[in-house]
Amino acid sequence: MGDRADVWQGTLALMVLKTIEGMGPIHGYGIARRIEQTSGALLSLNYGTLYPALLKLEQEGAITAEWGASENNRKAKFYRLTRAGRRRLAHEARQWEQATAIVARFLKPALLSRQEDPA
Amino acid sequence: MRQLRAFWSRLRGLGRDSQREQEMADEIESHIQMQTDDNQRAGMTAEEARRQAILKLGGLEPTRQAYRERDTLPWIEHGMQDLRFALRQLAKNPGFALTAILMLALGIAASVSLFAFVDAALLKPLPYQEPNQLVAVYETAVMFPRSNLSYPDYLDWKRMNTTFQSLDVWGYGGYLLRASRSAEPVSGARVTDGFFRTLGVKPLLGRDFYSGEDLPSGPRTTILSYNTWQRRYGGRRDAIGQAVSLSGIPYTIVGVLPRNFNFAPRGAVEFWTPFHAYGQCDVRRSCHGIYGVARLKTDVSISTAHAEMKNIAAQLERQYPDSNRGQGANVIALSEAIVGQVRPILVVLLSGAGLLLLIACVNVSSLLLVRTESRKRETAVRGALGASPLRLVRQFVTEGLVLVLAGTALGLAAAYGTMHALLRLVPQDMLAAMPFLEGVGLNSRVLLFAAVIVVVATLLFALPPMARLPRAQLQEGLNEGGRGAAGTLWRRLGANLVIAELAIAMVLLVGAGLLGKSLYRLLHVELGFHPDHLATMSVGAPEIAYAKDDQKVRLYGELLARVSSLPGVQSGALTSVLPVTMNGNTDWLRFEGKPYHGEHNEVLQREVTSDYFATLHAAMSRGRPFTAEEDTSKPLVAIINRTLARQYFPGEDPVGKRLGDTQLTPKSMKVIVGVVDDFREGPLDEDVWPAIYYPLSQSTDSGFSLIARLKQDEAGVLPAMVAAVHSVDRDLGVTDETTMTLRMQASPTAYLHRSAAYLVGCFAALAALLGVVGLYGVVAYSVGQRTREIGVRMALGAQRSTIYGLVLKEACRLTVLGVAAGLVCSVAVLSLMGKLLFQVKSWDVPTLAGVSVALGAAALLASYLPAHRAASVNPVEALRAE
Repeated sequence: MGDRADVWQGTLALMVLKTIEGMGPIHGYGIARRIEQTSGALLSLNYGTLYPALLKLEQEGAITAEWGASENNRKAKFYRLTRAGRRRLAHEARQWEQATAIVARFLKPALLSRQEDPA
Repeated sequence: MRQLRAFWSRLRGLGRDSQREQEMADEIESHIQMQTDDNQRAGMTAEEARRQAILKLGGLEPTRQAYRERDTLPWIEHGMQDLRFALRQLAKNPGFALTAILMLALGIAASVSLFAFVDAALLKPLPYQEPNQLVAVYETAVMFPRSNLSYPDYLDWKRMNTTFQSLDVWGYGGYLLRASRSAEPVSGARVTDGFFRTLGVKPLLGRDFYSGEDLPSGPRTTILSYNTWQRRYGGRRDAIGQAVSLSGIPYTIVGVLPRNFNFAPRGAVEFWTPFHAYGQCDVRRSCHGIYGVARLKTDVSISTAHAEMKNIAAQLERQYPDSNRGQGANVIALSEAIVGQVRPILVVLLSGAGLLLLIACVNVSSLLLVRTESRKRETAVRGALGASPLRLVRQFVTEGLVLVLAGTALGLAAAYGTMHALLRLVPQDMLAAMPFLEGVGLNSRVLLFAAVIVVVATLLFALPPMARLPRAQLQEGLNEGGRGAAGTLWRRLGANLVIAELAIAMVLLVGAGLLGKSLYRLLHVELGFHPDHLATMSVGAPEIAYAKDDQKVRLYGELLARVSSLPGVQSGALTSVLPVTMNGNTDWLRFEGKPYHGEHNEVLQREVTSDYFATLHAAMSRGRPFTAEEDTSKPLVAIINRTLARQYFPGEDPVGKRLGDTQLTPKSMKVIVGVVDDFREGPLDEDVWPAIYYPLSQSTDSGFSLIARLKQDEAGVLPAMVAAVHSVDRDLGVTDETTMTLRMQASPTAYLHRSAAYLVGCFAALAALLGVVGLYGVVAYSVGQRTREIGVRMALGAQRSTIYGLVLKEACRLTVLGVAAGLVCSVAVLSLMGKLLFQVKSWDVPTLAGVSVALGAAALLASYLPAHRAASVNPVEALRAE
C-alpha cells in the first residue's frame, strides 16, 4: 500500500457528498474516480465500498438517484444531492473543519505554548 | 431520525427481491463497463481491462454482498432464511416435529394452566385498597389457633389497640326472603359500621354504612352485592331506598357494592347488614361468633400488631378470668387467611406440572440431540462452505425456537381450555369461598410466564448442538460419511437424559401414589355411622313466627312426623350441625363433683332430636337415647360421646353424673343419660373431638338440619322431603338438600385431596408415558446405530440371546439408575408434601416399591421391542447395508 491511506470510517460519506455537490448529477464510477483524483492519488479506495455508502446516503434521504446515459453513452445511475443532503453536507463539513482544527492544535504543542506566553 | 428513515427503507428492502437485485447488478455492471472503457483507452487489452476493473472494485461477489447487506436488514434476512430452512427441516421429518411439538404443548399446557391458578390465588393482590395493610384478627384457644372473637372482646380490642387504623368485625348471617311459593333462604353477613371503609371499598351506588349505624339502636339498612342488585332488582338505580323484608323484618336498601367486590372469607353474600348486636351471644364475652378484619397503621408490621393484641388479650384475661381464661390473640395477613389453605396444594400441583414440562423438554432435547448427531455431516458441509459458527448456532436456535413456539401456541390454546375445564370442576360452594379464582385466565403475568418458558426451552434445545460445535472438526464430520458408532456426545449426554426423565417420572408417580393412597384412606376413614342412604338438608324457620320455644318444639314434631311418613323414609331426625361438618360450635363444661380451677373444658355441642343416633346407626354404648318427650318442661339431660367419657370420666360410669356451665348455674345443670359411640362430627382428616349432645327441644333454635334414613336410593326422595317441609309451613327455607355421601365427597377436605390426587395422577401418568417413550427412543436409537456391530457379532457367532442381553443390559442399567435416582429424589422431595398427606408417610414403602416395580417393568417392556428388533437382525443384510 505504501503511503496511500485507507479511507477511514465516516469520512467516505462526507467525500461522496462533497463530490456530488461539486460535480452535479454523477454516477458511482465518476464519484470514485473523482475522489481518487482529488486526493492526489493519496487515497486507496476500493471502488466496491462506494456502493453500500451510496445506498446508505440514499436510504437516509441525503441523495437521490436516477438512471441516465454516461458521456460514453453507457447506461448509468446518476446521483444528486437533496435539500436535506445539502444541509447535511454543510453541517458535517463544518464539524470536520472544527475537529481537524482542534486536533491540529494538539499536534503543534510548540505553537500552542508560544501563544500562551504573554511576552 | 435519519437512522429511522434508513431502517424503514431497509425494512422495505426485505420484500423486494428480483427487481432490486437486477438494479444492483446493472449498476455494478455499468461501473465495470465504464472502467473497462477507460482502461482500454489507457492501452490495455479488453480482457485485462475488465480484469483490472473488477480488481479495483474489490471483486464482484463481495461488492454485491456488501450492497445487499446494506440494502436490507441482514439479521432479519438471515433469520428468515434460517426460519425457512428450519421449517423445511421439520417438514421433512413430520413425525419428529409432531412428537416434539405435542410433548412441549402438553408440558406447557399443564404448567401454564396451573400457573394461572397460582397467579389468581397467590400472586394477584386482593381486590382491596392497599391489601398488604389488611390483616385478619382472631382470638386463640387451646383447640382453636384461629378462633372467633366475642363481641365484648372486640369492643375492648377496638378501644385499646394502637396499631390498627381501624378494626372491624363480620359475622355470618342468613335470611329468608319471601318468594311466591316458599321462603327462599339467602346468604347474609353482619358487619360493623367501618367494615367496607377498612377494606377500602366504596359502594358503586348509594352510600356506605355510617358510623354508629351498627349499634343496636341503628336503623335496619342493607347494602346489596352487585349480583343481587342485578338479579333481584334488574340493576335499577331506584332500588336504593326500597324496602326489603329479610326474615320478616323490613330493611331499607342504602347501597350497592361494586361488581368486582368479593369477600372470600364469607363466600357469596347477597345482603350485607349492620351488626346490630342482639340476642344472648352478642352480649356474652364467652360467646365467640365473629371474625375481625383490620387495617394496620402505616409502617406497623403484622408481628408488632400481633404482640400488641396478645398484650391486650392478656389484660382482658386478668380482668375477666372466667370468660377469657386462655383466650389469646392472633393476627395474620388477610391474604394468608384467604389463600393459606390452598397454597400448599397449588404449590404441589404447579411443581407437578413443572416436572411434567421438564420431562417433556428433556425428551425433546434428547430427540434434538439424536438429530444433531445425524446432521453432523450437514453441519460440516455448511461450515466448509463458509457458514460462520455463529450462523450455524443461529440455525439451531431457530429450529429450537420454531419447535418451542409451535408447542407454546398449541400449549396456550390447550391451557386456556384446561383452566376453564378445571374451574368447572370446582364445586359451586368452594368457588364462592375462592372468588379470586374468577380471575383465572391468560393475563399478562401468565403470558410472561409462558414467555419465560419459551426462552428457557429454546436455550435448552439450542445448547446441546451448540456444545457440539466447537469440537465439531469439520473434516471429521465430512469424512465420517454419516455412519459409524453412535456419537460420543450422544453416549455421554443423551443416555443420561433418560435417567433424569425416569427419575422425574418416578417422583411424580410416587407423589400421585401417596396422594391417591391418602385419598383412599380419607374416604374410608372410620366414620362411626353409616353414611349411605342418608338424605340431608338445612332448614331455616322465620324467627318472628317461631319466637317461642313451644312454637319451635311443635314445628320439630310436625316436621318429623310429616317426613317420617313419606314412603321410602325409615326414620328422620333433626340436628343443629350435621356430622362430618366441622369441629366447631363448642361449649365449656364443668362437671359436678370434680375439681375445677377455671379451665375451659371445651367440647363440641350439638342439639339433636330423639331418633338422631338411631337414624345415623350410631350405637349407644351405655345408657339410653333421648326420648321425644324431653322438652323444657322435663329435667335437662345430655348424652356424651366416648371420647368425652374417656377424657373426663376415666374408669367411671358417666351415666347419672351431672354437669353444667363454668359456674355450675342451677338452671344449666344436666344429667348424663347415655354414652354414644364416637362418630365423626369434624372433617374427615381431623381427630374425633369430645362431644356432648342435648335434646333440641330443650335448647331450641330456628335453624337446624334435617336428616333421614332411607330404605333405598336417596335421589328420588329428596324432592318429596323438601315438599313435605314446605307443606308444614311454606315460609320455611330449605337449602343444601343432598345425600350424606355426596356431602362428604363435596366437602372441602375430600375435594382438596381428590383434586390433588387426580391432577398429580394425570401428570404422573403422562410423565411415565413420556419417560418410557424416551427410554424406548434411546434404546431404539442406540440399536439403530449399532446395527453393524450387531451384524458383525452375529456373523462371528453370537447367539440371539446374547444380543438380547446386550441391548437389555444397557436398558437395565438406565432403568435401574433412573429408578434409584427417582427413589432418592422422591423421598427427598415428597417429604415437603407431608402436610397434604393423610395417614400416609412420605416414605411409604409399599408405594415406593410398587412404583419402582411398575416403572421398571414398563421401562423394560419398552426396551424389549428394540431388543427384539436387534436380535432379529439378519447379519448379512446388516453388513451389506453399509
